[in-house]
Amino acid sequence: MLLSGLRQKNRRSWMDTTSKLAGGRASARPPRRRNTVKYRQTVTAYTFLLVPLLFFLLVRFIPTFMALRLSLFDWNILREQQPFVGLDNYKTLIDDEKFAQALKNTALYTVIGVPLQIILGLGLALMLGRVRAFRGFYRALYFAPYVTPIVAAAWVWQWVFSPQFGPVNTVLGWLHLPPQSFLTSPDQALATTAGLVVWQNLGFQVVLFLAGLAAIPRSYYEAAEIDGATGSQAFWRITLPLLNPTIVFSVVTGTIAYLQLFTQVVNLNFTDQGGPLGSTLTVAVYIYQLAFGRFQMGYASAVTVVLFAIILIITLLQLRFLTRRYDT
Amino acid sequence: MKKFLTLALALTVSASAAPVTLTYWQYDFATKVSTMDALIKKFEAQNPDIKIKQETFPYDAYNQKVASSVPAGQGPDVVNLFYGWLPQYVDSGFLQPLPAKDFSTQQIESNFVPMIKTSKIGGQYYALPTSVRTLAVFYNKDLFKQARVVPPRTWEDFIAAGQKIVKGAPPRFSVLGFGIQPDGQDYHVVREVLVRQFGGSPFSKDGKKVTYDSAAGVQAMTFYTELMTKYKLGVPNFFPGNNSYRDAFIAGKVGMIVDGSFAVGAIEKGAKFNWGVLPLPVLKSNGVRGNFGSYWVNGITKNAKGDKLAASIKFLKFLTSDETQRTWLDSVGEIPASRKLSGTAALRTNPVYGPFVSGLPFASSTLFVDESGQRKAWVDAINTVLLQGNSPANAVKRAAAEEQKILDGYYK
Repeated sequence: MLLSGLRQKNRRSWMDTTSKLAGGRASARPPRRRNTVKYRQTVTAYTFLLVPLLFFLLVRFIPTFMALRLSLFDWNILREQQPFVGLDNYKTLIDDEKFAQALKNTALYTVIGVPLQIILGLGLALMLGRVRAFRGFYRALYFAPYVTPIVAAAWVWQWVFSPQFGPVNTVLGWLHLPPQSFLTSPDQALATTAGLVVWQNLGFQVVLFLAGLAAIPRSYYEAAEIDGATGSQAFWRITLPLLNPTIVFSVVTGTIAYLQLFTQVVNLNFTDQGGPLGSTLTVAVYIYQLAFGRFQMGYASAVTVVLFAIILIITLLQLRFLTRRYDT
Repeated sequence: MKKFLTLALALTVSASAAPVTLTYWQYDFATKVSTMDALIKKFEAQNPDIKIKQETFPYDAYNQKVASSVPAGQGPDVVNLFYGWLPQYVDSGFLQPLPAKDFSTQQIESNFVPMIKTSKIGGQYYALPTSVRTLAVFYNKDLFKQARVVPPRTWEDFIAAGQKIVKGAPPRFSVLGFGIQPDGQDYHVVREVLVRQFGGSPFSKDGKKVTYDSAAGVQAMTFYTELMTKYKLGVPNFFPGNNSYRDAFIAGKVGMIVDGSFAVGAIEKGAKFNWGVLPLPVLKSNGVRGNFGSYWVNGITKNAKGDKLAASIKFLKFLTSDETQRTWLDSVGEIPASRKLSGTAALRTNPVYGPFVSGLPFASSTLFVDESGQRKAWVDAINTVLLQGNSPANAVKRAAAEEQKILDGYYK
C-alpha cells in the first residue's frame, strides 16, 4: 500500500507534466447556458470520469493519506499496541544513518542516470535518424532492453559483471587492465546498478527523441542551410531548443523513476538487498525493508512521506525552471 | 409445516456433525508440501470429523504474508513459523500458549533436542518443531583427491586443505577452497560457533544483552575474515544468485562450504561428483565443539477457538508425533526433533546425516527478536572487514552496537 501510494503521487505529477507538455491550457470557462451541446458534453464527460476518479480515490488517494496518518504512530503490525508518537518517527529519521545513505544513493542514481540516458538517447536518436537501411531493425534492437523483464535483465547483468566469470572482466584482461569487483564492491556497485537502469531505459529515450526530432519542421534546417549554418550550429540553435518539451518530459519522468528505483536494486543482490554495505540501497528499498522485512509500518510511512515531499518539490522545480517557450 | 421442521432438524443435526475445517499455512517447498498432503490424508482418516486445508506461499513472501494476516484477524489456525520469528508473533498475541495438559513443559524438554529451549518465552512454549537443522561442512571429494588432502577435523586443517584446493587469486578465482558467504550460513558460524569455541558466549543468559563484544568475539571475527583476507580461500558471491556458495559447490567449483541439513536435497540432486559431509571443525587448542541449530515450528493461532482449538491440538500432537517425524525424515530429509529419534544408531552412522546429528548436543540457537535486522547487523559488520579493510575489533563493536539497539527496542 505504501509503495502503491508512492507510485500514485508520481502518476499524478506525471499527468501534470503531460498536460502541461500538451500545452494544456485546458478547459475554457464553463458555459452559462445549460442547454448547449457543449454543456451536455461536459456533463457526460465528467460522469464517465467519475468512475476512474472514485477508483483512484479508493485505491490511491485514501491509502496515501493513511500513510500520512500512520507516520505519526509507532505502528508495528506484530504488536498489540500502536501508540501515537507525534513527530517522533521524523525525529528518528534525522539521525538515521541508513536513511541518509539511502537518500544519498538515490540522489547519485538520479544525477548519474538521468543525464546519461538523455545524452545517449538523444545521440542514438540523431544517428538513427540518418540511417536509411534496416531502420526498423535498429530501432527494435535499441528498444529490446526496455521490454525485457527487469528481473531477468538484472540476473543476466549479475553474470555479465561477475568478477569471476563475467565477460566484462575477460575483456579487461585482454586489454591488460586489472579485473574489477563491480557489484561485489561497495565502491562500484552503485555505478554498475545505474548502468543496468540506463541500458534498460535507453530504448524508451531513443523512441521519445525520434518522435521529438520528427516533429521539427524540415524547413528550418533548409533555411539554416541556405544561410550557411554549420551542422553544429543547426543542432544548438534549432534541434536542441525545439526539443525542449521532449527533454523536459524526459528529465521529469526520468527523475521520478530514479527517485523510486527498486526492482533492479533488489534483484542485483538478492541475499543482501541494497548491499554490499548499503552501497546500492535506495529510499524505496529501505521503505520496503522497514515495512515488510521488519514490520515497522509507522516508521516506513514517515520515510514514504519524506520521499513524497522530495519528489513533489523536485518535480515542481523542474517544471518551473526547465520549461521554456521558444518563439517559432 | 411438519416437513419444514424435519428439514430444519436435519439441517441442525448435519451442521453439528459437520467436520471442523482447519487452515494450515506453510511456505512452498515441493517435498514439504507433498509430504504434508500425505500426512493430512492420514490424519483425516484417523479423525473423520476434522478436515485440514493446506495453503502455501512463496518462501520470500511467507513471513510478510503471515504478518499481514495478524492485524486482519484472518489466516491460519495452525501455522508453520521460523523459530526466530516467535518472539514477535507471541508479542502480537497471534500464537496461543500450548495448553499444559496436552504439552507439559517437562515432557517437551525431555522429548525434544535441547536447542528448542530457545523457543521458551516467558516460561511458556508456544510452538513445537517436527524437525531440526544443524550445520556441517560439505566437501567435494574429487577436489580433495586432486589436491591430495584429507578431510579436516580441525579449523587449522580446514585452512590447510582450502589453500591446497583454491585456484586463482583475488578478485578472480576459478576454484575456491572455501565458499565463504557471510549472508549464507556463515554469520551464524561466527556468532554462535566461533565465539563459543574461542571461549566466549554471544548473549547473556536471558538473551537481552549481547556479550560477544569481547576478546573471544574479536578472535572469532578475526579468524573468520582471515579465511578470505589472509588465507585467500575464496570470495563471497563467487556465483551470482540466491544461493551463490551452494550453487558454486554444486557446480564443482568449491572445495568446502558450511551449510545446513536443509541443503542436502539440493546438493544430492545437483552435484555430479563425489561429495561428503563433515562435522563443523574444532580449534586444535581446545577441541570445543559447537553448532548452530535452527528449526521451523508449528503453533496454534488465536483464530482457533472452541472446536477448532480442540482439533488444532490434535493436529499439533500429530505433527510432532514420532511417526510424523519419521515420515518427515524419509520424505523431506530433515532430522527428527525428538532426542530419541535423532539419536538412533542408523542416523548417527549415516554418512550424510551423521555429521549433522552429531552436532545436535552442541547446537545453540540465537534468540532472535528481529531476525531480518539482527542478520543485517552481522552481515554488514563482516563485510566492513572483507570489503573495506575495517579491523575485526571495530567490526565486532559495530555489530554489537547495532544488535544491542535492536534488542533494547524489543525488551524496552
